[in-house]
Amino acid sequence: MAQLVSASSSAPANVAGESRARVSAGRLVLTTITAATFAFLYVPIFVLIIFSFNQAKSGATWTGFTTEWYAKMFANEDLIEAALNSLLVGTISTLVAVVLGTLLALAMERYSFKGKAFWDGLLYMPVIIPEIVAGVSLLLFFAFIGLERGFPTLLAAHVAFTTPFVYLTVRARLADFDRSVEEAAMDLGADEWHTFWRITLPLLMPGVVSGALLAFTLSMDDFIISNFVKGVGWNTLPVYVWPQLKRAVSPEINAASTMLLLFSIFIVVLSLVLQRRQSRI
Amino acid sequence: MATLLRKSRALQLLGLMFPGGFWMVVFFLLPLLFIVVLSFLDNERLFTLEGYQRVFDPLYIGIFLQSIWISLLTTIISLLISFPVALFMARLPKGWRDIALFAVMIPFWTNFLVRTYALQFLMRNQGPINLLLQWIGLIDEPLSMLNTPAAVMVGLIYGNLPFMILPVYTSLEKFDWTLLEAAQDLGASAWPAFFRVMLPLTAPGLLSGSILTFVPAIGSYVTAELMGGGKATMIGRVIAGQFEQAQNWTFGSAMSLILMVIVTIFALIYFRLGRGERVAL
Repeated sequence: MAQLVSASSSAPANVAGESRARVSAGRLVLTTITAATFAFLYVPIFVLIIFSFNQAKSGATWTGFTTEWYAKMFANEDLIEAALNSLLVGTISTLVAVVLGTLLALAMERYSFKGKAFWDGLLYMPVIIPEIVAGVSLLLFFAFIGLERGFPTLLAAHVAFTTPFVYLTVRARLADFDRSVEEAAMDLGADEWHTFWRITLPLLMPGVVSGALLAFTLSMDDFIISNFVKGVGWNTLPVYVWPQLKRAVSPEINAASTMLLLFSIFIVVLSLVLQRRQSRI
Repeated sequence: MATLLRKSRALQLLGLMFPGGFWMVVFFLLPLLFIVVLSFLDNERLFTLEGYQRVFDPLYIGIFLQSIWISLLTTIISLLISFPVALFMARLPKGWRDIALFAVMIPFWTNFLVRTYALQFLMRNQGPINLLLQWIGLIDEPLSMLNTPAAVMVGLIYGNLPFMILPVYTSLEKFDWTLLEAAQDLGASAWPAFFRVMLPLTAPGLLSGSILTFVPAIGSYVTAELMGGGKATMIGRVIAGQFEQAQNWTFGSAMSLILMVIVTIFALIYFRLGRGERVAL
């Protein structure tokens, strides 16, 4: 660790020979650890992608290249239906969560009121409460009030666990907000309503977009909560895929996993492009 | 006039807070309270302490302790890996830093089920690692790497590492390196400079990363199931089992409540240490 610190101190001009040796040793250690970590993060993913093109029905012996599993996957109606369900739930819950979360962020950042500490705590809880507990609690709740589980309960749950993440993202953006721009607009005669739509919201947009992408990803990826609140015979993609991942019977699942991976990468690239574009404005 | 304005401000606040606040109370807070109530009720909805009596069975105490131990160790190892990686990233030139950040972001946004499955696939008895080692001739029999507490830990580190690297990186990126030089110019050697200057100033990021790793680890279900199988049990699996196969809701609720208490204790320690700093997303 001592070497790490020397490696990180940025005064190369006056270092003596001995400490220069320590600097390069430190850098070597850092580089090695970083390379190993990235290998650890990526090797399993690449291996999975490679083996999704393997002919062998089971095991990891390479027997030849095939796209058979992808053809099978796209012909699997249940899987396609589950994927469409996921997109539907993800889209609707994101739209609702973005509105609710943004409104909450505005209220919590710009108003002072009684009981604010309570809401502060409540809106932070989903970060702290394990998903399994949230899932179980919703199962109990819906069973107790006699609500049959299905699309509506799934949607209600997804909005509930994504809203706080939108709220946290937008609120962070609001905290850095320069209010003098709004004051200027008001001085120039704009009313509060116009100021909000023409000034506040456009400036807030990068936060809203990040929040929306986060909410959408969380919704699309969620397995634990969805598994507890979805109805019988109505699956989202992760819920449909889970029993097959556990049994790992068919290489088709490797193909499906690869498609999910590509989808995630698409979302990351999209979010980076959007943020780039907005920071330029 | 003034009262009307104040009134409208109250109305504004109501309009902003109500939709999201209502949703969070009904679909998040209320269900959690149901757990508390139902943990004291038996199947006939009569008062019972049976759930809690069972929790104190040495078998379950053991599972709780093992879960806490695995999660703590996961958090510490993740921290020890992430710090040098984040340090390396923060010292890269701008272009490379963006690429490295992108490389951490991809797993961060990638489906958790798929990533854990990819790791499990790699580590199976008939998986690529074993086949490779046998092919080289290092081993004769496949190593069994899965279904142990260590395998669960590897899975948890793998799954949650981006959640640790990103906040640690954020705090290191903001770190003013001249402070370290100043400390060393004033005669502090590398170690004290690290512990007295760098560590305290980057603590918020380290703490954020720790809580973002610890919470999913202690409530883990997917990782415990895929990497630990039936042999290395975590609380999350026991809780899920009570609502799936066993149908003992009283016991399941009691365990969920205790899990919430454990997480809350760790969160309070975290807020204490971080002086109320919020997790950076």
